[in-house]
Formats: sequence, C-alpha cells, structure tokens
Amino acid sequence: MTALRMEHITKVYPNGVVANRDIVFDVAVGEIHALSGENGAGKTTLMKILFGEETATEGKIFIHGEEQYIHTSQDALKLGIGMVHQHFMLVPSLTVTENIILGIEMRKGLSIDYTQSKKLVQEYGEKYHMYLDPDAKVKDLSVGQKQKLEILKVLIRGAKILILDEPTAVLTPQETAELFTELKHLRNEGFTIIFISHKLSEVRELCDHITIIRKGESKGVYALADITDEEISQKMVGRDVELTIARSEGKRGKTLLKVENLSVLEEGGKPRVDNVSFNLHEGEILGIAGVEGNGQSELVDVITGLGNFQHGSVLFQNKPIKYNHVKEIREAGIGHIPEDRMSIGIASNLSITENLLADKTRWKEFFGKNGLLIKQKIRSFSAKMVEDYAILCRDPEVPISSLSGGNIQKVVLARELSSKPQLIVANQPTRGVDVGATEFIRKQLLSMRDAGGAVLLVSSDLRELFGLSDRLLVMYEGKFAACITDLTSIDEQGLGRYMLGLDTQDTEMVMRNAQ
Amino acid sequence: MTVLSTIFSFQFVDMWLRVATPLIFTSMGAVVCERSGVVNLGLEGIMLSAALMGVLGSAFSGSLFIGLLSGLAMGLFLSAVFAYFHLVLKANEVLCGTAINTFAGGFTVFMLEIVTGEKGTSASIKSMAFPTVDIPIIQHIPVLGQLLSGHNLLTYFAFIMVGVLWYLLYKTPIGLRIRAVGENEHAIHSVGISVTKVRFLAIMICGVMASLGGMYLSMGYLNMFVRDMVAGRGFISLAANAMGHATPVGTMLSALVFAFFDGLSNILQALKIPSEFVQMLPYAATIVGLVLYSIQRINAVKRHKAKSFA
Ligand SMILES: Nc1ncnc2c1ncn2[C@@H]1O[C@H](COP(=O)(O)OP(=O)(O)OP(=O)(O)O)[C@@H](O)[C@H]1O
Ligand SMILES: [Mg+2]
Repeated sequence: MTALRMEHITKVYPNGVVANRDIVFDVAVGEIHALSGENGAGKTTLMKILFGEETATEGKIFIHGEEQYIHTSQDALKLGIGMVHQHFMLVPSLTVTENIILGIEMRKGLSIDYTQSKKLVQEYGEKYHMYLDPDAKVKDLSVGQKQKLEILKVLIRGAKILILDEPTAVLTPQETAELFTELKHLRNEGFTIIFISHKLSEVRELCDHITIIRKGESKGVYALADITDEEISQKMVGRDVELTIARSEGKRGKTLLKVENLSVLEEGGKPRVDNVSFNLHEGEILGIAGVEGNGQSELVDVITGLGNFQHGSVLFQNKPIKYNHVKEIREAGIGHIPEDRMSIGIASNLSITENLLADKTRWKEFFGKNGLLIKQKIRSFSAKMVEDYAILCRDPEVPISSLSGGNIQKVVLARELSSKPQLIVANQPTRGVDVGATEFIRKQLLSMRDAGGAVLLVSSDLRELFGLSDRLLVMYEGKFAACITDLTSIDEQGLGRYMLGLDTQDTEMVMRNAQ
Repeated sequence: MTVLSTIFSFQFVDMWLRVATPLIFTSMGAVVCERSGVVNLGLEGIMLSAALMGVLGSAFSGSLFIGLLSGLAMGLFLSAVFAYFHLVLKANEVLCGTAINTFAGGFTVFMLEIVTGEKGTSASIKSMAFPTVDIPIIQHIPVLGQLLSGHNLLTYFAFIMVGVLWYLLYKTPIGLRIRAVGENEHAIHSVGISVTKVRFLAIMICGVMASLGGMYLSMGYLNMFVRDMVAGRGFISLAANAMGHATPVGTMLSALVFAFFDGLSNILQALKIPSEFVQMLPYAATIVGLVLYSIQRINAVKRHKAKSFA
C-alpha cells in the first residue's frame, strides 16, 4: 500500500532555477525510504513541496491514494505529514514543552495548561523512547536532544508520515546510533519515514528503498538489497566515484606546528583543553578524533587565533601564535576550514567572487597600487576557481547563499587553498557534503599533503579519519586518550572505546608518539 | 538642601507618576512589539496622533468615551499602516517608523489648524480629561493615602497593564507565539502558524498602548493638545524597553527611572542651574542607561559562552 505518491513534480524557483523536473516519488506505508542525491539535487525542495512550504509548479500529490492539494504546512500536518528540517526550527530560550506545544496549545481558561502539556510531553517521550526533560530550556540541550525534540514535535501533531532532512549531519556517531534505534521503533509501529542523508552506510543500515535524484531529475527507485554503494554513487553523481581514496605513504618533513602544554580554561577555571602537547610536520595529515565537545573546537580556535588560551605555547615555524592575531596567522601560512561554514566560513550576502577574495584584500595583483579593484584579474581568478573546484553555480557573481551546502563548502576550500597555506586546519570539512564533493575535498587535502603541506583534520566521520590521517590523536575530556601511529592496528570499535574514555593509552607513550 | 526636601515630598511622587504614566504605557507597547521581532520606531507618531484625536473626539462629542475611542482608532489605524508596509510589502521597519513620525508631525498641526484655526495648541476648544481617582478607605490612611490615592485614572491603568501584558506574554498561547516568533520565525512558520498574523497582532497591541500613552499627555497630564507635545517620549519608551530586556516588569522599572530624572529636571529648573542643562538630564540618563544596558548584555553573552562550553 502506498503512503504517498508525488507525480510528475516540477518546481521552478522565481529566480529561474529548476530544482525538480518531472519527479515521481513513491513511498509505501511502514517503510523507511531514502532520498539521496548530490548537494543541490533538489531533495529539500521536493520535501518542502510535500510539506506545503513550497508549491510545485506542476504535478500532483496523492496521500493514501487520494489526490490532495497541499498549500501550507497546516494542510500537510492535517494530512498526517510532518517534517524535521535540515536546520533546527526551535526557539532556544523556550522550554522543551513550550517548543512542542507551539501552535497546538492546550488551554485552561485564557491560560496555557502547562500541567497538562508537560504530561503530554512525558507520555509521548515514554511511548516513543525519546525521553526529554519537559522543563529544560532548548538552548541547554545537546544537538542529539534537539533532534529528538524535533521528532517529538512532529509526532505529537499526529504525523504518520515523517520527513527527516539530513537528521544525522550534525549528530555524533553515538547519537546517530540512538536515533536509528528510535526510527526503527517507529517503523515497527507503522510510521512511514522519509530519510535524507549523504552517508550511504546510514542509508544501508536503515532503509528499505532508495530514490535517487540528480540535478532535479529522478534516477529511479531501488531496493537497497539490489544495488551496491558504487552503483548508488554512480547514479547520484553521473560518474564513478572512488569511495575509498588511494593514498601513498606520506613523506614526513620538518616540524611545522609545535603545541606545548596547551591549556584552555573556561571561566570557572575548568579545563576544556588540558595540558596537551603535539607536533605536526610537513607532508603529514594529523587526524583528531573524539566525541564532539571534548576540546577539539577549542584547540582549533587557539591554532587559528580565534580563541584564547591560558597556559602553554603554540609555535608555527618557531613563531608564537597569539590570540586575535588572525591576520598575522593567516599571513604566516595557516588556512582554516571552519566547522560552522554558514556563520564564520562565509559572508552569506556577498557573491562567490567576493567570498573568494575575502582573505586576499592585501594582494597587489587584485588591488593594485592605488587600492582599487582590478576587475579583470579578479574575474578571471574567480572563473578559474569555479572551474577548478567544480562549483555548481550560474555564474560567480550570484550570492553565495543561493548555493547548496556542498558547493558553499567548495568555495571555502577554494579560498583557503588558493592562498597557498602551509598548514590547513580542517574542521569537519565534509559534513553535509555529497559523495562527489566529499571525494573531491578529500583528494585536495591529500594532494596538499603530498606537496609538502600539513593538515590538521578534525572530523566526526571515522571513515574519513581512517582514510586520510597519517597519525591520529583521540581527544577525551580535553586530553589525548591515545595517539595512533599505525592506523591498520585499530578498527572503528577500538577507536570508539578511546573516544568514549573506556580505554586510554599510557600517557608516556601518547606524549612520545604525539611528537 | 531644598532639592532633597522637594524630592522627598508627596508632590514629587505625584509628579514622578504623572511623568511616568505615558512612558509606562508606550514602553509596554514597545515590549510586545520587540518580543515579536519588530522594532516600532513609529511610537512617537502614534502617540502624537492619538493625543490629538482624543482631544478632538472628546471636544466634539462631549464624551470622554468617544474621545478615547477616536484616539484608539487613530493609533490602530497608524499601526495597521505600519504593519501593512512592513509585514506585507516588506518595507524596512526603520523607514516605516520614521515615515509615521514625519506624517504625524505634519498631520497633527494641519488638523489642529483646520479645526481650531490655531497652529500651536487646542486651548480654544474644550477637551475632556481622564478623571483623578480617590481610592475609598486608602485615601484616608496617612502617608499611604497621599502616596497611592488621587492619581489619574490612566496612571492606575498603566500599572494594571504591566500585569496584564505580563500575563499575556507568559501565560497565554498568543504570548507564547509572540515570544517564539521574535526569536525564531522559522519555528513558528514550520508548525503552520502565520508569522505575519502573529506580528500584526503584536503591532496592534502596541498601537493601543502607545495611543493610551499619547492620550494621557493631552487628556490627563495637560488638558489640551500642544504641537509636538510627545517630545521624544516614544524614543525614551524604546530605550526603557531595551534597558528592561523587553520584560514588562524590567521595562516598567526602567521607565520609572527615566521618569525620575524627568521629574528631577522639573524641580531643578526652579534653582539657579541653567535650564538647558537641566532639560538635558532625562536624555543623558537615557544614554547612560543604554550604555549600562549594553555593558551588561556583553557580560551576559560572555557568561553564556562560558556556560555553553561547560
Ligand atoms: N528559495 C530558493 N530560491 C531559489 N533557488 C533555490 C531556493 N532554494 C533552493 N534553491 C536552488 O534549488 C536547487 C535545489 O536545492 P535543494 O535545497 O532542494 O537541494 P538539496 O538536494 O536539498 O541539497 P543539499 O544536499 O545541499 O541540502 C539548488 O540549485 C538551490 O540553489
Ligand atoms: Mg537539502
């Protein structure tokens, strides 16, 4: 029995972008159905049409066999369709309960009936194994808890068809595992789930069928049992994708970055980074593994000059790195691919070209002697970048915010690498990025290493860490729990134990290997 | 020490509350607007227009109630115009607010002249005024009676409205929606509620409050309309809202602080201090208040950062 059928959907945005072209999308009751495709393929657009946030230019929607006209999300909710968006739609200063009841408030006289509401939140939490403190403020929740809250919100509104748009992009592996157990529970209770993800392993673990779209067109529906990962990525990207990247032995050169006894304390004096030391050499990719929030972000902030530190020293080519001296740090040759690309990676209202030039405002070749823009040179530079990095856009002058996530990340990468850094600090470089672009970004990092540069790679994707790192440090509660020099000596399980603090290596040995 | 003895007199308390009343009304409107994510710079103009229409309505009908309705109607009309341009036509809110203020400045003088033939005041027509209220029993208690009793009806109403708006914002569904839409409008939109409707309602509530603030000036504080009589009170209300973190009680306290300096400047004028200096005091207090507020907010952000690391 089909839960929903979208027939011949075409969507043209007002700016002329054709996001969906004649797509047919069919989902059976009680299945988890994957929707996959490159960044910008039109997945979110298709789901927004189903949820009534966008209207299709052409096409029909059938819910449980009956044709329906969905104009607003209210219509969709009435039909039992709920959506958890790619970005959280929560109000941080309100409580869990308040966020959930927003729009469906139960009343007692004129007031909201909070007692009744909290009870409802607790009931649903227990029923679907998603327990949350009803009185907790949303801003105090972890990312995983926020995700649960979003799902609860949808369930309480009576949705039977759940759309989850890249729910795992921001989750740690542990949180993802937990989410999957919950989703399987829901499926067993008869819910229909549409699951969007760029990670094929996740799709394979969770889903029954996959619909693949490329450049707004459907490339077919497959049972996951009948299709290999290679075939899926081939259909998504339109060419063969290397899922595991061939890499040569690195040639380790002289020390580039020297971190000694570094501590970062929070205001109360509690250490976020706790007396760590390590060296990073030319021609080396040093991976940093760890469950998010164990000091990785603070470490990255110190090295890129964005965060302060209280003890120890950081030397880059024997010169100390100082807090807030970002300009000097960049000029010395450190590039940064930040974790949060939307807020600190780019200026979203500016064009691709302007974003590419953001770190090059002192380059004589673009700004001449009298400080005026040399348009011609700039134009040819950005045209070359767009071509070299295969940035999908109409032209380089469009605002960067109109690009899809993966293409925005490519712009950041192009900007950072074109400044020819000797060290690049890459924090979650392929999060939310499609397989094709992921392959591309990883290759770029590797070729930078092969050319004698250094990479500090922070990632929550264990496969990425295994695939790229020459050495791997595992952070747990601000310290290094392990330093792995031979990556073939350990598997994901073993690494997971260090990440959770269940195992730790001998401190002496970590110190020695980290040098 | 005449200043101190004047400050600690009942007359001063009386004046303090008189000056505070319009600020409390209007700043409560600013609170509701701000919570919904709209900065309404047009408060000044709404106050001024309502002040005039209240006077004209009551003078021509001979009924205070009709006067009240005319003032409210004027305020709601201007608020609706603001809302239409800002919410529907997506015009910049600062521009919309400024346009309302500029319009009101001209419109009130124009209307005044058409109706009374004068450009300065409405002294030639007889406006109704909101009465003062003597509270039974309490008025006879020494000290307390002098402090609490005998104020203008609207003064009591202003304080009541602080409680009403607190209840509205924190206890009712519509308040929850207003607070949510101001912080993350996508959150509201994604659960199927119209962002525009919620904001429109907030702007209209704000319009009612600012109209009451304006009418108090011309039908309570004075008993006539005077050209440009609002004199920056709309902006001071916005400042009070900012300093009070857009919470009803905090904003009321801030409004009382500003009113205190305003009252003080009235007293000091009697002394040999240059009057220009004295008149500057309430505004200087506003600036100092805003600076203090910003410092406090920066510290709060730091604290929050430290906490979110934990
Ligand atoms: N509001 C909009 N106005 C104009 N164009 C848009 C809008 N939203 C998306 N697009 C364009 O439509 C296309 C499809 O975007 P969509 O967000 O559906 O992609 P996606 O498959 O969800 O990608 P990702 O994996 O990066 O989330 C892209 O080219 C994008 O630039
Ligand atoms: Mg998307």
